[in-house]
Amino acid sequence: MTRPRIFVPRDAGALSLGSDEVERAIIAAERKLGLNVEIVRTGSRGLFWLEPMIEIETAEGRIAYGPVKSGDVEGLFAANWLDGGPHQLRLGRPEDIPFLKRQTRFTFARCGIVDRLSLADYRALGGLRGLERALSLGQATIVEEVTKSGLRGRGGAGFPTGIKWRTTAEAQAAQKYVVCNADEGDSGTYADRMIMEGDPFCLLEGMAIAGIAVGATKGFVYIRSEYPNAIEILRRAIEIGRAENMLGTGIAGSAHDFDIEIRVGAGAYVCGEETALLDSLEGKRGQVRAKPPLPAHKGAFGQPTVVNNVISLATVPAILAGGADAYRDLGYGRSRGTMPIQIAGNAKYRGLFEAAFGLTLGDIVDDIGGGTASGRPVRAVQVGGPLGAYFPRALFDTPFDYEAFTAKNGLIGHGGVVVFDDTVDMARQARFAMEFCSIESCGKCTPCRIGSTRGVEVIDRIVKGERRAENLTLLQELCETMRFGSLCALGGFVPFPVTSAITHFPEDFGGAPLGGAVAA
Amino acid sequence: MRRAIPWSSARAQEIIEANLSLDGPALPILHALQKEFGYIDREAVPLIAQALNLSRAEIHGVVSFYHDFREAPPGRHVLKLCRAEACQSMGADALADKARENLRVGWGETTADGRLTLEPVFCLGLCACAPAAMLDGRVFGGLDQGRLSALIDQARRP
Repeated sequence: MTRPRIFVPRDAGALSLGSDEVERAIIAAERKLGLNVEIVRTGSRGLFWLEPMIEIETAEGRIAYGPVKSGDVEGLFAANWLDGGPHQLRLGRPEDIPFLKRQTRFTFARCGIVDRLSLADYRALGGLRGLERALSLGQATIVEEVTKSGLRGRGGAGFPTGIKWRTTAEAQAAQKYVVCNADEGDSGTYADRMIMEGDPFCLLEGMAIAGIAVGATKGFVYIRSEYPNAIEILRRAIEIGRAENMLGTGIAGSAHDFDIEIRVGAGAYVCGEETALLDSLEGKRGQVRAKPPLPAHKGAFGQPTVVNNVISLATVPAILAGGADAYRDLGYGRSRGTMPIQIAGNAKYRGLFEAAFGLTLGDIVDDIGGGTASGRPVRAVQVGGPLGAYFPRALFDTPFDYEAFTAKNGLIGHGGVVVFDDTVDMARQARFAMEFCSIESCGKCTPCRIGSTRGVEVIDRIVKGERRAENLTLLQELCETMRFGSLCALGGFVPFPVTSAITHFPEDFGGAPLGGAVAA
Repeated sequence: MRRAIPWSSARAQEIIEANLSLDGPALPILHALQKEFGYIDREAVPLIAQALNLSRAEIHGVVSFYHDFREAPPGRHVLKLCRAEACQSMGADALADKARENLRVGWGETTADGRLTLEPVFCLGLCACAPAAMLDGRVFGGLDQGRLSALIDQARRP
């Protein structure tokens, strides 16, 4: 008889809510009851209000229980959870939970299911098929497939991945690099972390395919130091990948060499900007470079370099395995494929929702997210991280897509959606945006370095009621200068949260409320 | 958490040399030094500068640029509280204010008994488990006043 299998997430989100304690309780109960169970550590399915969500392999498939506290474990054994027995924490088949059922899991198909450090398990669930097909297609056809799929950079800028790859592939150099930008610093986002912790081989496979496509033999993952759990898992995955010939010399029996090294950031938000990241990788201060030259021509250590976000790279294996058309057929307008939307902050159902582009913000916040966790009315939603705009309910009909958000003076960025209830003070949020920019500015360009500090001061004066109208005009002018005069998105986009707060929530800045209408 | 050892330039030299074969070794060296000693001692700057054939100013520039690198030893434990928007939406500001008041420290400072350093962090990627914190590299989510106080008390126990 095979041992019963219990799946316990070791995603940092689940860990932060006590999944290690639950594992210890399971081991203790197992000994006490004289059982012999197999505990498999997975990533998270991304239903964080149900974490730690424990799954049991039963005759009718996996059955989930959650949120499980260590103190619940003995009771769960007593309720015969190993056979999927009834219990107040029983959630049934995870695939039937509406939050999961409504998703299109493409990039995250295995996350939370696969034994994250078993290459055999990864292969059994469809892994490595993309790499195998890539090896049979050859360089030019891989680039063509990725271009045809319509995949755009998931880090925030939305630049077509295929074009980036082609530019690097055409560059002539003895050494080229693939750099994975895992400096996921935007508040409200955790998709990169989840995939690195839950399906690390998927990222490694995507990087290897990128290496073959552009002719690079070396890859770096630049990962933020705030993610120690992801760093550890990725390190182990790379060792396993090397041992099993997924990485190293002659990968997967081919003539291609590709190896990956991890580099850990040091707490600088601006290093998520690709040129600052490259300077940091080279051991310098993480300051933004002027473009051109493009990283595709002159990137890491002066060599042609593809810099892609984690999700962009982790999506490539499935695109190659299933063909470009299957991916391109999903989506909305010029935003093709799926987007892992990360519902965060004060939302009732907080978690990762991967879906084709085109849902409205209202669908995401009210319907999928279930409103606020506090039970109070939703007042504002910040989309796209600290440089993203605050949206009022009046704009909830905006479809989730790159162009639609740009048209509303916002951005989808890396897909984070942070929900705030009616206790939020929007002047305080606007001030924070400027303060954050002043803390994180790399200092290279004046609008960002000085402008952010002046921005904090001007907002303080507005809040105190000092010459309010004049200072509001001054703040708008400052935002204009920062937007058009900054070298990168940090100074250039921080006006989004500030001006959106003023435009949509004037009453928090001492003005008259809009009365539900949206200012033109 | 593994305790940091007191500064030793001989040990620092070994760490620097062990990383010299890497491309762009400055950050890996600084991380390794901080892991060993808990901070980047002033004396490390000329050692690194010499090993990398860079000026002391350039290395000082790198150390001071990154929030992670401390220029003085921290307390026995390090508590990082997330100050970013997702945690703010779940009351992180009030938690942080209370913690600073109770511990009588500002951001980046260490309690008088030397047991706890309080640092801000801008996002731990636990935005769906807010408010979140990290104590000596371990993550904690869904915090409230009671859970955070318990965490702090535990860390400050002799």
